[in-house]
Amino acid sequence: MRELKDWSRSDIEDWLYSEAALLDEWRLPEWRQLFTEDARYLVPNMAGDPYAPPESTLYLISDDGHHLTERVKRLGKKTAHAEYPHSTTHRTISNVRFLGIGDGELKVSCNFTINRTSSQSGVIDTYFGRQEYKFVQADEKLLAREKRSILSIGALRPHGKLSIIL
Amino acid sequence: MNIAEAIRTEAAASRFQISRQAYTDPAVYQLEMDRIFSHCWLYVGHSTEIEKPGDFKTRTLADRSVIFLKDRNGSIRCFLNVCPHRGAQVCRLSEGNARSFSCIYHGWIFENTGKSLSIAEPETYPPNFGEGGRNDLVPVPRFEEYRGFWFVNFDRKAQSLRDYLGDACDYIDVIVDQAATEMHIVGKAQEYSARANWKLLAENSTDILHVEALHPTYLDLVATNSGGAMKRGKMLGKCVDLGNGHSVIERQATYGRPIAQWISLWGDDAKAEIDAIYDRLVKMYGEERAIRMARYSRNLLIFPNLVINDIMSITVRSFQPKAADYMEVNVWALAPKEEIGTPALERRLSNFLEFLGPGGFATPDDIEALESCQRAALSAREAPWNDLSKGFDPKSADKVGDTKDELPQRAFWRGWQARLLSTGA
Ligand code: FES
Ligand SMILES: [Fe+2]
Repeated sequence: MRELKDWSRSDIEDWLYSEAALLDEWRLPEWRQLFTEDARYLVPNMAGDPYAPPESTLYLISDDGHHLTERVKRLGKKTAHAEYPHSTTHRTISNVRFLGIGDGELKVSCNFTINRTSSQSGVIDTYFGRQEYKFVQADEKLLAREKRSILSIGALRPHGKLSIIL
Repeated sequence: MNIAEAIRTEAAASRFQISRQAYTDPAVYQLEMDRIFSHCWLYVGHSTEIEKPGDFKTRTLADRSVIFLKDRNGSIRCFLNVCPHRGAQVCRLSEGNARSFSCIYHGWIFENTGKSLSIAEPETYPPNFGEGGRNDLVPVPRFEEYRGFWFVNFDRKAQSLRDYLGDACDYIDVIVDQAATEMHIVGKAQEYSARANWKLLAENSTDILHVEALHPTYLDLVATNSGGAMKRGKMLGKCVDLGNGHSVIERQATYGRPIAQWISLWGDDAKAEIDAIYDRLVKMYGEERAIRMARYSRNLLIFPNLVINDIMSITVRSFQPKAADYMEVNVWALAPKEEIGTPALERRLSNFLEFLGPGGFATPDDIEALESCQRAALSAREAPWNDLSKGFDPKSADKVGDTKDELPQRAFWRGWQARLLSTGA
């Protein structure tokens, strides 16, 4: 039986690269399977403390498991107009670091750059920052229980929206 | 373009149209900066954003950088962020707490009351050099408040804020009075933008005609959250031209409201809490007003660029035109202070993020639609007119209409045209 401490950095890198591929390929229901049922997906407001509790401060995105599932459903519909037809995205992941194991969770951070080309205007927007994950062991698999995407772009200008999943 | 011809009405067909050039012409943008943004009241911030003496925020209004602050004596003030010496920006932080500001360029220092504290090499100037406050920070020409909302006017001769807001005050009251204590800004602004003309967002903010076509993914979410209890359908209510370009839609809410309409997602404990809030409102304001406060929602546009939408959550939104085809948007969440630290605030913020902001289930699609309009408006020469005729009756005063009429948009454009044509401003 595999435990959290058995995962190497290259195992984690594989996980992150396949996650990025699923998002780039718009295979979102499969992507959702990489997360626990009760997973949280958080994008803190760039103007504030990225670790302030989402229950009492305004985030950009603060999905619980229910909302994350609904977000995936939304992005699968043709009526998710901001992303239909889908934009083209390329995610680059680097600087993967282990932050430690505690509370039954393996904590990892990495840097990300996402280039998104709008299907409508052809405009390219670049999102970059740091991802922080909390992984749990589920049978032989590693599932993310939390993904916190901390943007380093100051403001969503000129991006305007955060219609893709970071 | 000719402003007088920007609006075209055709009585026989009950048509009301807008020239698409008004969204794209850089000369119109310049005229708007001069005649609208330099003469209308512009929202700068809320008193609860600067609670302690020394708290400050720098904000940009109509291209002017201003410092919005609470001074060492507790007075709320607003200064142009420009050094009286040779014009560097005196404050280089977006927010913070400071008793004084010192300019990086030659070191002049100012109290947060605006008074000059020291200048470089004062002995080399005549003794009367600073007389009459000429070395002090320059306050904005006019600075007034309504119920915690602070506004700036760059026109010294403008009418008072109270008169400018006029009939909009009652709708602000209906929102602010929902709090047992006071309304409070929660957290920081969401800062985003749109590659679209600012008037498209003004039109969009008081438009619910678009909800079913543009936001079905949000409506699906609402249906899931409420166990199907919140259904789409006819919305009871009205829209009103409030004068001066302001307008409002007030209608029955078709979603859960923290004050005070319960949905199943929130659980039974929340139901008791929400019932108690409703009872308080009835006691304080009577049943009719309580129903309005609790079960109705409001989309309120204060001309030209402030939106206070009291919908599934309360959002305060202002937008700054930067070019004919680009604007910056700032959005805040407003909540009753008594909710802070309770599950009620969690519900309110969750409601906010489900719909609103750049990562919500609805706002990204609004931005997509506005940007689509902006690109298409470049065909203005061959396809010149946008249509805002819904509910237009040339024989009526066009002051009150059904919730899905385009009356708020017509009110906005009439206000816009009147400002641009008034040369005496
Ligand atoms: S410009 Fe500020 S001190 Fe000279
Ligand atoms: Fe909308």
